[in-house]
Amino acid sequence: MAYFEYQNIFTQVQVQAEPEMGMDNENNMGLERTKTATFSTLVGWLGNAQLGPVYLGWAGLVSLATGLAWFNIVGFNMLAQVDWSIPEFVRQLFWLALEPPGPEHGLSIPPLNDGGWYIISSFFLLVSVMAWWLRTYLLAEQHKMGKHIAWAFLAAIWLFLVLGLFRPILMGSWSEAVPYGIFPHLDWTTAFSIRYGNLYYNPFHALSIVFLYGSVLLFAMHGATILAVSRYGGDRELEQIYDRGTASERAGLFWRWTMGFNATMEGIHRWAWWFAVLTPITGGIGILLTGTVVDNWFIWAIEHNFAPDYLGAYGYEAFGTYGDFGGIQAGGE
Amino acid sequence: MFPKWFDNWNRDNPTNIFGPAIAVGVAGSAVFVAAMIIGWGQPFATESMQTGPRGTGMHVQEFVSHLEAGDPTVIDYYQDEPFVPEEGEELAGDIYENVQVLGNLTDANFNRLMTAISLWVAPDEGCAYCHGDGDISTYGEDTLYTKVVARAMIQMTQNINQNWAAHVQANAEVGVTCYTCHRGQPVPNNVWFRVSPVNSNVAGWSANQNRVTMVSNFTSLPSDYLETYLIANEDGSYNPIAVHDLQSRVQQQPGDPLIQQTERTYGFMNYFANSLGVNCVFCHNSRAFYDPGQVTPQWATASLGIIMVQEMISDYLLPLHDVYPPERLGPVYGDAPLAACRTCHQGYQQPMQGLNVIRNYPELAVVDGTPDYSAFEAASQ
Repeated sequence: MAYFEYQNIFTQVQVQAEPEMGMDNENNMGLERTKTATFSTLVGWLGNAQLGPVYLGWAGLVSLATGLAWFNIVGFNMLAQVDWSIPEFVRQLFWLALEPPGPEHGLSIPPLNDGGWYIISSFFLLVSVMAWWLRTYLLAEQHKMGKHIAWAFLAAIWLFLVLGLFRPILMGSWSEAVPYGIFPHLDWTTAFSIRYGNLYYNPFHALSIVFLYGSVLLFAMHGATILAVSRYGGDRELEQIYDRGTASERAGLFWRWTMGFNATMEGIHRWAWWFAVLTPITGGIGILLTGTVVDNWFIWAIEHNFAPDYLGAYGYEAFGTYGDFGGIQAGGE
Repeated sequence: MFPKWFDNWNRDNPTNIFGPAIAVGVAGSAVFVAAMIIGWGQPFATESMQTGPRGTGMHVQEFVSHLEAGDPTVIDYYQDEPFVPEEGEELAGDIYENVQVLGNLTDANFNRLMTAISLWVAPDEGCAYCHGDGDISTYGEDTLYTKVVARAMIQMTQNINQNWAAHVQANAEVGVTCYTCHRGQPVPNNVWFRVSPVNSNVAGWSANQNRVTMVSNFTSLPSDYLETYLIANEDGSYNPIAVHDLQSRVQQQPGDPLIQQTERTYGFMNYFANSLGVNCVFCHNSRAFYDPGQVTPQWATASLGIIMVQEMISDYLLPLHDVYPPERLGPVYGDAPLAACRTCHQGYQQPMQGLNVIRNYPELAVVDGTPDYSAFEAASQ
């Protein structure tokens, strides 16, 4: 029954010993790395039990500092909006936001209390995100890795930049940017869809959804497949890539007999990478076209025979009345 | 405790019973719950009212328990039938001092309506709420603000019933009386005041939203939609309730709505839905909110309601500002209390579930005209 225990979402066998401090090669990576490492049983259940050391580097430090500036500007603006009342701040936290300037300010620098802080904080957020991207790139370079993680992150940043930088500039107004707040950014999203005649009729939005749900499906299929063949060593995926064994054969046969096609042990990772990366790339294209090229996606979809018209009359007389649904007076008397 | 052979057998045949026990327990519980739901019914049963073509998901749903409970204020609605006037009966305007409205009623009907109004509006305070504690000879005086307000409200009620029948009698004779808003309370529960800006230390678009307020219906949507759309601008115009651009391609035109107008309209529509206990698809096909070819008949009734409320506010409610004492004015601006959808509807598609409240009160159905008692003549003869 040993394998029964192994099939658990939590790691059953933890290694806690002398910490592995990593290499210190010609790039002197060790210099900027924190000096100690600890172990956590809790963390070990989910992954590697060792915590640290961390390499921040100059890019990481810049990113953390500017990110903290953005976070604090947003937080203190929220606090100011409730007149510096901590209980109100806690109570209203999910409702509060730092809003972009009103439309009357265009692309000019607005007063601090009408979007000025938003512009300043957005600048810090931009520096923070780009510095963190640079960090992923530099770290990969120092490890002599490919830059796949950095490019994938850049795909997400593309959508972020479209929403907060490219599209507002094309629209000629910072008021087009997204507010920083929990519920307010959700309100913005809904209003954005409604303003432009229902974003579900934007084909790039549709593509983005395909890639998003496709990513989830591929993730589940791949994870399940590897777990299912790990008893044959399938979890050692890199070895299986250059020296295909019975695990890969069985996994491939399973999918080919299921749907006529199977990915390869290496190719499945390219499938997943492209699906994930194309989600924000297509989504960003869709957002960038909205309001700059297309003003009403539903009418656009009708014009391009993309949305169907209902045939026949609505037939309201057949739907019943309020009298049949809680009303006091019977059907229309 | 157990016989020796039993303990021995157990020791020789170790079996993990926890795995199967958990599996059987989970599966058994699921079967039990499923059987109970099928056999005894869904405990939170719902019912729905179709509002659009099949396949569009257009329907309004309610809990059956809520439908059965109904509006608790309906049962307290006081009403009595009018007295059909005899030929040559003396009119209230000739009998009493200072009767500026309802003067053309007979004495019996005048007093009948006065009684009803006191029971609808001030059941605890009675006549004294408007007429004071003095002798009946002082009832003609306008010393109390409540009486002056009540007169304007009677005129407003008559105007709604006569000139806005397309809204208040859209499907059947329903109408409005004082009770439609008041429900036995001197100050109706669902009046509203201006509250915007709701945020401190900020200006403009940042200041009127993102707060839990009654008027924002506990969302973070703008709290200024009622004052923006229902109160006239200084030049008498109203701000357009605009959401979409009706061109597929961008042709920047002045007046094209921005996302701010959309968000404010969203707040307003959310107020509509909450006031009527419905959802978006009661009036709209949500795939194209703007399209007049895809709205429901209720959309037209609701649109008339917006214009009706705008008129009520400008002609009847705002002019009363100087009549009210300070404690009746708004907490932020000291403004007069105003009405909108929720003041009458109070969570139902039709106020008081569509109860015909105007039938027995033809006096409230005409502006300065002679009440039509013809429906009661046959009964009285």
